[in-house]
Parts: sequence; C-alpha cells; structure tokens
Amino acid sequence: MADNKMDKNDALSFSAPNSVDQDKRNFLITATACTGAIGAAVAAVPFVGSMLPSERAKAAGAPVQVDISKIEPGSMITAEWRGKPVWIINRTDEMIADLARHDDKLSDPNSDVVSQQPSYCKNADRSIKPNLAVIVGICTHLGCSPTTKMQAGGDMGESWTGGFFCPCHGSKFDLAGRVFKGSPAPINLVVPPHQYLNDTTLLIGVDAKAEA
Amino acid sequence: MADKKIQSTTGLMGWIDARFPLTSNIKNHLTEYYAPKNFNFWYFFGSLAMLVLVMQIATGIFLTMHYKPDAEQAFASVEYIMRDVFGGNIIRYMHSTGASMFFIVVYLHMFRGVIYGSYRNPRELLWLFGVAIFLCLMGEAFFGYLLPWGQMSYWGAQVIVNLFSAIPFIGPDLSEWLRGDYLVSDATLNRFFAFHVIALPLVLLGLVAAHLIALHEVGSNNPDGVEIKAKKDKKTGIPLDGIPFHPYYTVKDMVGVVVFLIVFAVIICFAPEMGGYFLEANNFVPANPMVTPAHIAPVWYFTPYYSILRAVPPVMNSQFPGVAAMGLSVMVFALLPWLDRSPVKSIRYRGTLYKKWLALFLVSFFVLGYLGTVPTNVWGQLGDWSNGIAIIDTKERATWVARIFTAIYFAFFILMPWYTAKDKTLAVPERVTY
Repeated sequence: MADNKMDKNDALSFSAPNSVDQDKRNFLITATACTGAIGAAVAAVPFVGSMLPSERAKAAGAPVQVDISKIEPGSMITAEWRGKPVWIINRTDEMIADLARHDDKLSDPNSDVVSQQPSYCKNADRSIKPNLAVIVGICTHLGCSPTTKMQAGGDMGESWTGGFFCPCHGSKFDLAGRVFKGSPAPINLVVPPHQYLNDTTLLIGVDAKAEA
Repeated sequence: MADKKIQSTTGLMGWIDARFPLTSNIKNHLTEYYAPKNFNFWYFFGSLAMLVLVMQIATGIFLTMHYKPDAEQAFASVEYIMRDVFGGNIIRYMHSTGASMFFIVVYLHMFRGVIYGSYRNPRELLWLFGVAIFLCLMGEAFFGYLLPWGQMSYWGAQVIVNLFSAIPFIGPDLSEWLRGDYLVSDATLNRFFAFHVIALPLVLLGLVAAHLIALHEVGSNNPDGVEIKAKKDKKTGIPLDGIPFHPYYTVKDMVGVVVFLIVFAVIICFAPEMGGYFLEANNFVPANPMVTPAHIAPVWYFTPYYSILRAVPPVMNSQFPGVAAMGLSVMVFALLPWLDRSPVKSIRYRGTLYKKWLALFLVSFFVLGYLGTVPTNVWGQLGDWSNGIAIIDTKERATWVARIFTAIYFAFFILMPWYTAKDKTLAVPERVTY
C-alpha cells in the first residue's frame, strides 16, 4: 500500500514546515491553559457560593423575646435563638458567691477573650443582672450542648459547685459559663447580645445599643 | 489505516473483539493475571470489600426510592422504610450493617497490607489509592450517618463539622459553608444526601478502579513478600510461583464470600444494631437541636481517632491541636511506604523489635477504640497524690490512658524508620513458601 511506503520525513515534508517555533508553541499552550483555568475558576463561583447559607437561612436569625418571670431561683430555662439553645439561669446568692471561689481552676476567669461576651457582660458574673445568666448552651469545643449539673457534688466530684458538663468531650463550665482548666473546650461559653425590655421580659439577639 | 488486529476469536466474540478489547481484558485481568500461589485467608478481604461496595450501592439505590432528604420528613421516612415498605427493614439493615462490615473488611485488608509489607516498592501508589479509598469511605460513612436524622446523627454531624471551625483563620467560615447554615439544619441534611448518594460514590468507584489497575500493573504481593515476577518460566514468561486469578482465586474467593454472607446474614437477622455498636440507641430518637444526648460517641469504626481528638488538650486557647492530631492519625497511614526501612517486606522475616512495635500499635488502636465509645470519666479520677502537680490538667484516668496510647499510636509511625532499620531480619527465600 502507498501508506506503508511513505516514511516519516516524507509525511512531514509535504504539510509542515521543517522547523517548529517552540517558543511560540509554548506561549500558546500557556496562554490557552491560563485562559481555561480562569474560566474554570469563574465557573466555580456559583457552585461554591451555592453552599453558603441562603438568604432564607440568613433571615431566620431574628431576636427572640423570653418571659423570665417564672424561673425559680436555682433553676433555669432554655430558649431557642438562631436554632441554638440559650440558657437563662436564675442564680441564687450562694451560687453567685461560689463563682468567685474557684478562679484558680478556670482557664479564663476574667473573661478576657472578648469575642465570648458583649462588653457589658465582661464582669465577675458575666451578666447584666448578677442573678440572671444568659448563655448560649453550645460548647466552645465542638458544638455539643452541655448537660446541666446545677447541684453541687454528686457524680461531678466533691468540689463541684454547680455548672455544666459537656457529654461529648467532658468539658466543664461553672454557672457563669466559664470553662474549667483541663477541659478540651478552649474558651468560655458565649454570652449572646441581650437586653431586658422590662422586669419580666428578656430580648435575646439585640442589645440596648441595637447591636445585633 | 491501522494494521488488522491479530485475533483468535470468531463468531459473536470475534465481532465484539474487533470493536472492543473484551477477550484481551479478560485475559489481562482474570485468566492470564498471575497471582502468587501462596495466598492465605488474609487475601479474602480485598474481594470482600468489593462485594460490600456492590451491596452498599444496590441497597442504597433501593433506600433512596423511599427516603426523604428533608429535616421534617427524614426520620419518619426511615421508620416508614423499616415498618411499611415490603422488605424495607432487610434492605435498611443490610445498608446500615453493611457500613460496619465495610470497615471490618477494610481494616483487615489494611492490616494484611501492613503485616506483609504490601505498601512497599513498587506498590506505593497502589497503597496511596487504598488510603484515598479509606478516606472516601470515612466520608461516606459520616455523610450517611446524618441521613436518618436521629439524635446521634445530628450531634455527630455537629461535632465533625465543628472540627473544621478549629482550623485557624478560615475555620468558622469553612464550617458555615459546609453546613450551609449557622447550625446543622435542613440545608446540611440535603447536601449530605447529595454527597452520600452521588458525589462520593463516584469518587469511590473511580478510586477502586485506579486501585485495581495499579494492582494489576505491579502484581499482587504475597505472605512471603517476594516478587514472583523475578522468577519466570523461560519459555512462557509466566511467573513460576504464579497461578491465573481465574479460576484459582475466583473459586477461592467464593469460599470467603460464602462465609462472609453467612456471618452477614446472622448479624442482619439477629443483631442488626450489635448492641449499639452498629446503630446507636440514641439514633432512634429524632434529632433535637436543643438537647445533646447524655453520652454521645461515634460509631465504632471512628472511635480510635475520636479518642485521640479527646485526649489532646487545647493549646493557647485553641482546640486545633486535637483536631490536627485526629486528622494526622488517619492520614499518617499514607506515609507507611516511606517510613518503613526494613530490608524485608513480610512480617514472616522481620525481627522481634518490629513485632513488638506492631503489637503495641494494635493494643493502642483497640484501647483508643474502646475509650472512644465510653465517657471520659469511665475509669474515675486520679487519687490525691496528683494534687498540685502542674502538668496534671485533668484528673480523669481514662483521659490519661488515652494520652499514653495516643503517644504510642504516633510513636509506631514516627519511630518506624529507626526500629525497622535496626531490626534483625531473617533471610528471605528466593521463591514463595506455603
């Protein structure tokens, strides 16, 4: 057959020039690859972006009002704000006094990590009213909701003066949400922005300065 | 025009072979793929892993016919499958038990690779594909576990997604992006469903294909760790210690399949929850974002890594070290081909030093695995002697035990270049033994 007789040089000689401009070829390859990569990156934007919280999810985080008139001293209720549990704890005078007695066992007794509470709650009890603590009940370690251990002693050991115990990884917090040393949780529980509309109504999500 | 192919088949096979390399593929991968003749029972688990993969895909397809990936309906739709769909309980238990069986089989398959040095030159890439399959499988298991939308599903996903928020700087935004919401929600469930039923299975199938292609390129290792390709029949070029995969190993693997299916059927029929190890009791309670169950733990196959996560204390107000240690504990397997400096591959010819380290590693894997299933206060507190010792940041005995075994777990890998090189090995035979 004719095909078989034609050797490699013949095939090149009738269609292509003898020399290839390798620089030009490299430039074209690089330019094409870069253009393609930019196109791919732009095309990825809607796909990556589609996984962000949607407008509906963003809109669902409205502040909530809570009636706090029926919380007995020494007990607590749980409200839901942005899908998270928020604890409202009515601390007794004894509980408040206990808070000051274990600073040496805490990782951050003075709440120096500013992201964990609004500035008006950076105080000894981490609250606006000393008896009422408002705390997001989500462990700062990996997001479990700690279990309430309000009673002193018991299965938490003799030195326990009441607080919270995270069942997931064993973090311990006091009744102001401050984390005990040796817990996997690195920082204190979050105090959400909040304000008292009157003596019996708490608004979680917005503070008096209207900072969300 | 290409030259006409030399072809021995005629008729229908001939027609196909002229258009598709069917006969040559059958020869390359089955009838003329020569595997060492000294395979033992450890070599069942590769083919069993393929069997479980096929079963998971088949049962998964039928489950999606009834399952609703919606936070309002997911839990009820799983119970609907269990109670009202004909055969639904069998299919669902095959799938949920299949997940645990998958990990049992894959762990045994990996252990086989470790003891016979199957990750050594020239099989490093084969091993890396295997590690990628393992990671992919962990992803599949994790995404799938959210779908029943039970309490353990919910809080497990919450914890794992929050692991990413521990990554410095980008962490919080990354975990929000993964969830598609500020907490695990309907959006999260919906996307996990997409990952579980289509994205990861496609990746998994591709990786399995790559794993097999790599295997058939370099050939199987064997319990002696000697290369059968080194000694070939001079006339035929067939390895002297090789036998065709089909029929010899297809028939052998069928024995493994029968035994496996008996065990599998017994578990599905009599212990599908395996006392809370395969399906946890808390997962029969619908997800409640307000309340974490009193004790949460991952399914058994994740517990060694989970123990490592819990054992590492926070450093500089950050839980990232624990998260990094957990990630490393899984990824470190990929480094084995380069950590092992022993002149021999198989444990049969290794010295006692390596065997002691391997035994220590196994013990730590099991102890960490056990501790991951129980609360950290399971063994009580350290005594009064520990008071005032600065380094003691927690008094829980179990946490300290987990820390010690975490150190051993990593020491097995970190010290491997040293103890495998130092180890006194035995002479390796020229040909396989059996």
